Amino acid sequence: MANPQPLLATHFDTLDQQRESASLGMWVFLITEVMFFGGLFTAYIVYRSRLHGLFDYGSHELNVTLGAINTIVLICSSFTMAIAVRASQLGDRRTLVRFLVLTMLLGLTFLGIKAVEYQEKFVHHLVPGPHFQWHGPQPRQIEMFFSLYFAMTGLHALHMIVGVGLILWLLPRSAKGFYGPDYHHPIECFGLYWHFVDIVWIFLFPLLYLLGRSHFVG
Amino acid sequence: MPSTERAVLETEDYINADYNIKSWLLTTDHKRIAVLYLISVTLFFLIGGLFAVLIRLELLTPQGDLMQSDTYNRVFTMHGVTMVFFFLIPSIPTVLGNFLVPMMVGARDLAFPKVNLASWYVFNLAGMFTLYAMFAGGVDTGWTFYTPYSTTYSNTHVVATGLGVFIAGFSSIMTGLNFIVTIHRMRAPGLTWFRLPLFLWAHYATSLVMILGTPVIAITTLLLAVERGFKIGIFDPNLGGDPVLFQHLFWFYSHPAVYIMVLPAMGVISELIAAFARKPVFGYKIVAASSMSIAILGFLVWGHHMFVSGQSVYAATVFSVLSMLVAVPSAVKVFNWTATLYKGSVSFETPMLYALGFIGLFTVGGLTGVMLATLGLDVHVHDTYFVVAHFHYIMVGGTIMAYLGGLHFWWPKMSGRLYPQFWSRLSALIIFVGFNLTFFPQFLLGYMGMPRRYHVYPEEFQVLHVLSSAGASILGVGYILPVFYLTWSMRYGPRASANPWGATGLEWQTSSPPPTHNFLETPVVTTDAYHYSEEVTVG
Amino acid sequence: MHISPLRVYALVFAALLVGTLTTVAVAFQHLGPFNDIVALTIAVTKMTLVVLFFMHAKYSTRLTKIVVASGFAWLLFLIAFTLSDYLTRGWLGVPGK
Repeated sequence: MANPQPLLATHFDTLDQQRESASLGMWVFLITEVMFFGGLFTAYIVYRSRLHGLFDYGSHELNVTLGAINTIVLICSSFTMAIAVRASQLGDRRTLVRFLVLTMLLGLTFLGIKAVEYQEKFVHHLVPGPHFQWHGPQPRQIEMFFSLYFAMTGLHALHMIVGVGLILWLLPRSAKGFYGPDYHHPIECFGLYWHFVDIVWIFLFPLLYLLGRSHFVG
Repeated sequence: MPSTERAVLETEDYINADYNIKSWLLTTDHKRIAVLYLISVTLFFLIGGLFAVLIRLELLTPQGDLMQSDTYNRVFTMHGVTMVFFFLIPSIPTVLGNFLVPMMVGARDLAFPKVNLASWYVFNLAGMFTLYAMFAGGVDTGWTFYTPYSTTYSNTHVVATGLGVFIAGFSSIMTGLNFIVTIHRMRAPGLTWFRLPLFLWAHYATSLVMILGTPVIAITTLLLAVERGFKIGIFDPNLGGDPVLFQHLFWFYSHPAVYIMVLPAMGVISELIAAFARKPVFGYKIVAASSMSIAILGFLVWGHHMFVSGQSVYAATVFSVLSMLVAVPSAVKVFNWTATLYKGSVSFETPMLYALGFIGLFTVGGLTGVMLATLGLDVHVHDTYFVVAHFHYIMVGGTIMAYLGGLHFWWPKMSGRLYPQFWSRLSALIIFVGFNLTFFPQFLLGYMGMPRRYHVYPEEFQVLHVLSSAGASILGVGYILPVFYLTWSMRYGPRASANPWGATGLEWQTSSPPPTHNFLETPVVTTDAYHYSEEVTVG
Repeated sequence: MHISPLRVYALVFAALLVGTLTTVAVAFQHLGPFNDIVALTIAVTKMTLVVLFFMHAKYSTRLTKIVVASGFAWLLFLIAFTLSDYLTRGWLGVPGK
């Protein structure tokens, strides 16, 4: 059963114009997201440079293995999402549904691992606020690292949750065969969003987990 | 008029297409959404105006006799927040832009009509947060929310107001996104970039600023709310945080925000000058380029708000030079508008009065802006009434005059009615006189050292303050009059033809008011924007 | 509308995995200031691959490419000009600045 609604909205002249408009709109939205996260990245860079190496102590508290696994999980999810978009372009309903589901499962895996990490922080009193405890030098400045850690990864996780929610919305439509060569821009646009969220993590991982690691080796 | 005659005369347009409230509240027609926004922004203008009345009443006397300092702090904060975020930033783009952008490109609607409707609801949701904060006691941090006062020491509703600003930002982003995609992808056949009316160039440039700047204030207000709500320090010096970082992030948006406020106004003025001099705008391409330059350069000057904040002198010098540079494209516009008038067939209808007023007042505001960009001078007049006068010359003498001028120019198109020229011209003159009486004394006050945000002042400043408050009451009258005669015109004004001013532009090629889908057939464009050398007549 | 062959996606995917493993390994080496530079270079490379191939920017219109470039340019403006304050404090020998 294909899409019961007319494919072409009344204010557009051609399907191509509609698809290109949707795509341009999505890209413009993504650069607003770049600037949104950008404010946090700016704060991170400014404080990192001002606090001269103190951030490395904070980095050291993060679990590199879990972070690396999560990075790989997200990269896999980008791969599956790219395949899903391709399937929608070809009208391959079965592949589209399968790879949307895979993408979602990988996204949920990421969120699960993140939850484990957050829980660890909570147990070790590394959540900023009245219960923060740090038994090393300059605890108040280390708290800044963790404020930024939670702000940046938290905002990222929120975007992942929205992404998973959007997949849930796209799945029934995909299963019903709404998307094909003439009309697939919802999948394409969602793919752009998902890849963007992956790119944010591609930067978060080295900045938060990896910088300063060499100071703690042998 | 007998009802049978009226039935014959009334063709279907976007207003009478459907009369029930649901058809308005769930509309996706950009013209109806523009009208919805008109109602919202007018309401916020009245609220912001009431706060202004309170300020000017208090400042009639040197003592703090009308209200205590705490209260005064709340009053000027709410005046600023309401006017900046809920009137000046949205007004021209959401009322005139929403109505005209699709028509000027020859399209049936914006690229994303539902996003457009959503933006109005988001705007009103944001307004509700801010109104709640107002009724619950207000905010006293100044519209700039500087830390650590806003995060740690203020006992007022900072979080609610901050969230209101955060949500309003999304409305702005949605509008800008819609305009960018519409102008890129939905132009009618033959409508090349350099045939676009300058109103569209201005709104395109504005949209770029909305898209690239607003997200930064969004994250900043979010961090502010988080810091205050969860006691997590980002800007707290005790945690190694830096209050100056707040200012960097805040002004990264808030300086370009003033270009969001003024670029659409400049776009309106280009249209008004061309129409009422019956000449193409002089140096069309340069004026278009100047809008783009202002949008881009405007992002590189924000440090001029922070000359005395502890910013490095080196960075301050760079920002000072760049700030002077950004004045150049603005000046270019003033020169080009003036050159357009030269040997034009000038007439003084109401929109033209507003446009001419804009040119003069914006020039004063702009020149004083260059004075403020001068690092050494700014150290003396920072946080004085000199700054207050400067930005009111631009915002009120500039943007609000352009908004009113545009509203009067396109009113026949939007409402299908004409308004009485006597009252509209009188209002324009009252506004011009009232405005100058209100704000010119403030330059003198500031230069002599009257600080901003103070309600207690030395006796020798009282004369100038009384003049300013007197001016404000005149200005108020000027603003109230259009509410009456424009509303009157909707029922009793003579019906307007398609092109009552004899102006160029696709919006004048369709009926007043336009049909829901704007054009019966997609127009094909074969001429430049201001083709007045050919016969363009009232029709 | 461009449809990429699966091979392209697989190659990019492999490159991203290699990049991740490399960046983790390099993080534990003593490279001084180069640790940060290498990490960011790898991250930027991974981002470029995702943008060009997974997000199809390579096969998109020139306008899309300009939009992408502007986004990053503006982020750089924000970071660079903000840092221009912090990194130059004390340069001109004026007390307190």
